[in-house]
Amino acid sequence: MNAPAKIETTLKDWVTDQEVRWCPGCGDYAILKAVQRTLPQLGADPANTVFISGIGCSSRFPYYMESYGFHTIHGRAPAIATGTKLANPDLDIWLVTGDGDGLSIGGNHLMHVLRRNVNMQIMLFNNEIYGLTKGQASPTSREGTRSPSTPIGSYDHPARPAAFALGSGARFVGRGFDVSKHLPDVLMAAHAHQGAAFIEIFQNCIVYNKDVFDDFAAPKGAEDRQLWLEDGKPMLFAGDTKGIALDRDALELKVVDVTDGDWKSAGVIAHDVTNRSIAHMLVEMPFGPFPMALGVLYDDPRPTFEAAVAAEREKARAGKEANLARLLGTGQTWTVNGTAADPV
Amino acid sequence: MATTAAVRPQEADIPEAVVVRFAGDSGDGMQLTGGQFTLSTALAGNDLATFPDFPAEIRAPQGTLFGVSAFQINFGSRRINTAGDAPDVLVAMNPAALKVNLAALKPGGLIIADTGAFTKRNLDKAGYDTNPLEDDSLAQWDVLAFDISERTIEAVKPFGLGNKDALRSKNMWTLGLALWMFDRPREPIHDWLKQKFAKKPDIADANIAALDAGHAYGETAELSGPVKQLTMPPVESEPGLYRTITGAEAVSLGLVAGAQLAELPMFFGGYPITPASAILHHLARLKEYGVTTFQAEDEIAAICAAIGASYAGSLGVTSSSGPGIALKGEAMGLAIMTELPLVIVNSQRGGPSTGLPTKTEQSDLYQAVYGRNGDAPLPVVAARSPSDAFECAIEACRIATQYMTPVMLLTDGYIANAAEPWKVPDPASYEPFPAQFLQEKNGEELLPYKRDAKGARPWIKPGTPGLMHRIGGIEKAADTGHIDYSPDNHQAMTDARKDKVLGVDVPDQEVALGDSSGKLAVVGWGSTFGPIHQAVGRARRKGLDVSHIHVRHIWPLPGNLGELLRGFDHVLVPEMNTGQFKTVLRDQYLVDAQPLTKTSGQPFQIAELEEAIGKYFDGVPGNEGGEVAVNEQQLPSPEGGAK
Repeated sequence: MNAPAKIETTLKDWVTDQEVRWCPGCGDYAILKAVQRTLPQLGADPANTVFISGIGCSSRFPYYMESYGFHTIHGRAPAIATGTKLANPDLDIWLVTGDGDGLSIGGNHLMHVLRRNVNMQIMLFNNEIYGLTKGQASPTSREGTRSPSTPIGSYDHPARPAAFALGSGARFVGRGFDVSKHLPDVLMAAHAHQGAAFIEIFQNCIVYNKDVFDDFAAPKGAEDRQLWLEDGKPMLFAGDTKGIALDRDALELKVVDVTDGDWKSAGVIAHDVTNRSIAHMLVEMPFGPFPMALGVLYDDPRPTFEAAVAAEREKARAGKEANLARLLGTGQTWTVNGTAADPV
Repeated sequence: MATTAAVRPQEADIPEAVVVRFAGDSGDGMQLTGGQFTLSTALAGNDLATFPDFPAEIRAPQGTLFGVSAFQINFGSRRINTAGDAPDVLVAMNPAALKVNLAALKPGGLIIADTGAFTKRNLDKAGYDTNPLEDDSLAQWDVLAFDISERTIEAVKPFGLGNKDALRSKNMWTLGLALWMFDRPREPIHDWLKQKFAKKPDIADANIAALDAGHAYGETAELSGPVKQLTMPPVESEPGLYRTITGAEAVSLGLVAGAQLAELPMFFGGYPITPASAILHHLARLKEYGVTTFQAEDEIAAICAAIGASYAGSLGVTSSSGPGIALKGEAMGLAIMTELPLVIVNSQRGGPSTGLPTKTEQSDLYQAVYGRNGDAPLPVVAARSPSDAFECAIEACRIATQYMTPVMLLTDGYIANAAEPWKVPDPASYEPFPAQFLQEKNGEELLPYKRDAKGARPWIKPGTPGLMHRIGGIEKAADTGHIDYSPDNHQAMTDARKDKVLGVDVPDQEVALGDSSGKLAVVGWGSTFGPIHQAVGRARRKGLDVSHIHVRHIWPLPGNLGELLRGFDHVLVPEMNTGQFKTVLRDQYLVDAQPLTKTSGQPFQIAELEEAIGKYFDGVPGNEGGEVAVNEQQLPSPEGGAK
């Protein structure tokens, strides 16, 4: 995307006149506010900003953003957004999807938009449940989740959105949760990334899957259970008394104790957002034995799809005149009744 | 050389048209041979139509019946509308090709066979107990059988190729003979070979040598009597520049022209599928015309990306065949609901499911007109021939952009692959239809669903200052486009969508051949144009009161069509399905339209149609129809109802 002129807006410039229809207390409200807070900080232009969503609770999002918006069909938002971006690479596109929309019915499209690296921000609201269809288990539901479709508990293994994204070739993987005050920072980092930026946002569905993220998202004890990653900074948590180190023999991560802030001698890793190997370990790092990795897990841009498409088009056009009459008469032609042949 | 008594046309009775079928293994290069013979025919000024018929397998096991690939061409000094019913000449490169194609050959027709390929092994594979070239089983035809393989090896010997490589030139040897038979110059094929093998001049030279040897053989063969050379005078054509064109090329060029007339960049989202892929291939090479092609991860993504591009202000286009169109159904509904322009090309093939990927059928008409959830109307346009596909593609672009609606363009496997001469049109002769984008608010507040006189909503590009708004698949309130589930609004919006499509300006239906009222109207659509036209023409020459009506606008139908049909005592609807358009006509006009159906994966033969027409004229002398056996089950009786 070209760097557009920064526009001065406030949070309320991004609020539409539409009544928000999420359940009272839904985590989506907090995400909406975080986004509406972030866009003014980015200097984003509402006329140049497009929110594109699929189907589900999360996908109502565009109706509440005073920008351009397209509420599409189940799972297909990445494909529609790809077409929009290719047709007008100057648009700033935010994709809104959920765990069902993005990883079940739309898993294929999500994989390909990431692999192609189409420049947009992809926010996947992960509430580990189908909300709008009244509470069935979703592809991210934990094993044993009881729901109308799994009355004695689900038994399929949950998908891990961040691992899926990285495995699909994503060059930016971030994580946050609905009520986190750091969420705008993650969104801003995603926006700064040129290419497909994937952000998993844990979101509390207070009706069908209440407080499933409380074990790390609840304010009480958060320090011990959240690892906020920053480029160049050591991976410390629990008030800098613990850190993440590499077990070089097992080739996996481990939690180590840090005394007196001496993280180096404890072997704690300094986060390098461009290190893809570490990123793979972070997205696979199991919560429980480890804290939840949050923030920017991986950020290493490479050329975007739309740039490649535009470059190819320019190359194909170079030195060629788009003369339709000539094109129609291309190939082995002949003339009837001595009319002069077109010199093609 | 084994020949039987030859009855070849004498100079005195040059036929108006000749049908030649080249048949061989799918690796024998028959499509290439046919394609080059087509070109030489076009250059000779004959009118022509072709029918490539190839297996779904890329390289089927050698010598097998299911691996036979054939290319039929009908050419002549009069107008040609079809690839011809029965070949006059069958070139059989192996026993399997002979076995598969023999039944179609006209009695007294000529078989040219390569004895070199009639080995025990190949005869076994084709299921022949004895060599048909040596027993009497081919007595009703002329046979010219000799060792093409050996002669080819001999001809290319100077180029030091191994036997296997040398035999690859067999098709060029055969083409050389065919060129001689119809008195065609070799130079264009020489030029083509030199260009094709520019990087391998040895191969080019070997092929040229094979071609020349085949040609020279013809002269020798004529000296000894079995084959006569036939010079067919050129057909009378309108003056102008001509080229050959396939349906897939014509669709591609028509889309480019349509986008230019709409003054829009084109975005094409496609996914590989037979027989539609050729459109993606053609457009991928036309980037300098403002075309962006996108090979998507699946059919759904292909149409969705096209919708996303239309949303951003391009002309979104997607293309597929039946199974892929089925996958696109939900997204078509989104384009209908959000009222965005979109062109969907369906190159129909035999179905259901995977069906017959390389064979033709017209069985997606219901799918096109009705095949979506909800009341989801969209205009449908059907091309009747390769060159007509150019006009139809432009028409689809016009309707899509002028009425803010998805439009389906129907072609089929036959149109997509078949070639015919095309008088190259002047793009300046088409009326432009520039797309309009809303630049400022169209009311106190922005009204994204405020309709114009045509019923179309404004097209608003994201990026336009001050016009931010939201669209989506949920029912929209009239004018404002806000979410609205209220009963009255859904009624009003359903009606508005229906009325918009029914209000598309469709030209009045013309009669393709014959009078505008009378005893029998034969009503067709799509690629059945050629055989219907010929059959009705023949029937009329016999004095029968029959007319040919060919419908391009399948939905909405032309305003005068009902009245036109009611002017006939009988309406017969031949189509390559089980009677889909017949049902639409009955439903719309309460006319007693009778079906004539065929779902063999092969186009209609003229004789089949002639016989069906004849059944409406009992007691009229000379109406016994064609000689080719037809499936009685599929013929209607004049009393009504299929037999």
